[in-house]
Amino acid sequence: MRLLRVIGKRFSRNKLSVAGALIVLALIAISLLAPVIAPYDPTSIDVYNVLSPPSKAHLLGTDELGRDLLSRIIWGSRVSLKVGFVAVGIAITIGILVGSIAGFYGGRVDAILMRFVDMMLAFPTFFLILAVIAILEPNIFTIMAVIGVTGWMDVARLVRAEFLTLKERDFVDAARALGIQNKRLIIRHILPNALSPVFVAATFGVAGAILTESGLSFLGLGVQPPDPSWGNILTAGKDNIEIAWWLSVYPGLAILITVLSYNLVGEGLRDALDPRLWGAEKE
Amino acid sequence: MVSYLTKRLLLMIPLIFGITLITFSVIHLAPGDPVEVQTEMSLKVTAQAKENLKKLYGLDKPLHLQYFDWLVRFAKLDFGTSFVDGRTVTDKIAERIPITLSINILSMFIILVIAVPIGILSATKQYSLFDKLSTVFVFIGFSTPTFWLALLLMILFGVNMGILPISGIQSIDVSDMGPAERLLDWVRHLILPVGISAFAGIAGISRYSRSSMLEVIRQDYIKTARAKGLNESKVIFKHAFRNALMPIVTILGLSVPGLIGGGVIFETIFAIPGMGQLFYSSTMARDYPTIMGILVIGAILTLFGNLIADISYAMVDPRVRTKK
Repeated sequence: MRLLRVIGKRFSRNKLSVAGALIVLALIAISLLAPVIAPYDPTSIDVYNVLSPPSKAHLLGTDELGRDLLSRIIWGSRVSLKVGFVAVGIAITIGILVGSIAGFYGGRVDAILMRFVDMMLAFPTFFLILAVIAILEPNIFTIMAVIGVTGWMDVARLVRAEFLTLKERDFVDAARALGIQNKRLIIRHILPNALSPVFVAATFGVAGAILTESGLSFLGLGVQPPDPSWGNILTAGKDNIEIAWWLSVYPGLAILITVLSYNLVGEGLRDALDPRLWGAEKE
Repeated sequence: MVSYLTKRLLLMIPLIFGITLITFSVIHLAPGDPVEVQTEMSLKVTAQAKENLKKLYGLDKPLHLQYFDWLVRFAKLDFGTSFVDGRTVTDKIAERIPITLSINILSMFIILVIAVPIGILSATKQYSLFDKLSTVFVFIGFSTPTFWLALLLMILFGVNMGILPISGIQSIDVSDMGPAERLLDWVRHLILPVGISAFAGIAGISRYSRSSMLEVIRQDYIKTARAKGLNESKVIFKHAFRNALMPIVTILGLSVPGLIGGGVIFETIFAIPGMGQLFYSSTMARDYPTIMGILVIGAILTLFGNLIADISYAMVDPRVRTKK
């Protein structure tokens, strides 16, 4: 676990990344505690308070049905969290599978899998996502699945590249000499050494997935009202753009802060996990 | 060079074939029938009429035959007719491409003019205040949802200040205007969409230019140039800059799919009749022929973008084209 300490130390040296990590933790806490900390029920309609600007009673104002904006943003954080983690989970699972098989076996298997990766990379991803979601039913599960299934290619390439170098190393020869089977060799011996770029890609991936989800929900192809998501609150913001600025400003700010935090954590992780930068390190 | 080119072109054939196959499967294996969508509004449609519609669109044939038919027509650049208005898909796409393309080319130009100098400057002055500020900008640029930025700017310039139009690409009374006025009108409509589509790109490309430049500056030939006493501006602009520029060309080729796909949201927001908006309205109407046409054309444009990037890279770097 000495390695973990080194990584932690390197990570904590980047103040912005630490701030990002703290915000991410706070966001996770907020979404878990949403029922407790949200001041109002996010779906309760109040016809006497339609589109009221920020005030003491409603800190961030209310929407076109008189629902409390702050509460809707707090509950909306659950959507971002779920979509971010599940979509990226799907993406790295496929990516690791494809990348490790291609990298380990090489030859024809590798060529075919990598051509498939090229093919997937050639599609304008957002078009593909849009087409699939419009054909299936737009809801949070479709979104998570589709973002995951269209987002694994970078991970596959990274894992493959790691495998290509790792499989030439002595410890792999040693394991082979001991008669360890390929499957075990891949999973227990090579894969753990190939994971650090995956962690970095996954962190950036969460940021990307949250952005994509908000865009889809904004277009009406994501989380459906009355359930709140940051993207679909912004749709209401656009519809009332001339009279209710708060509906446009605050949910977007929530997206910006969240995505920025994940990106900062990703950047910090990348530096912390890059062994080439460890030279100057003093233990 | 010729053999490198031939190899690259040949490799594209199976890729294009695979792309058509994926496109076709995505659209056809999914539930949801375009005939149902077209007829669900009118209750009087009989089962017989639905069958006739299916026959008209060829939807009654087995899937592999439908795919084959489509592929043959695709080879002749015929994507069929739209389910929505009966016009040919090729026509519909052709009238949208100039609009999307002009927005993308303008924003690409802005991106290059702003992002490359920022990237080069922050690399040559690594860890300076400028470098730190531009890094912060890059992270914010990466993390800002462009449609949110669009909303904010619409509120600021369109609603509060009232100085820019917030939708469409021309005013209603455009036919009464002279040519100069018409151009001005067009420019005023494009400022926000082009600016916003450039914004995210500036972040990405300036970051990329920075790391590309940093990579080059560490090379031995730069040390040599410095060691033989060249002044710093000559080292940077004559020796380093040119070499740093090549990877940037590559990334421009690779950003083609993002440009094509990323237009959906802001074209919808600003009501710009481009490819993105056409795609959005087609998916909402389950207009299969148009969806498939745009997906395939988009993917093929991407492949060509990659190809051009690879070729320009190979022209400059002999190691690439001689590699086995």
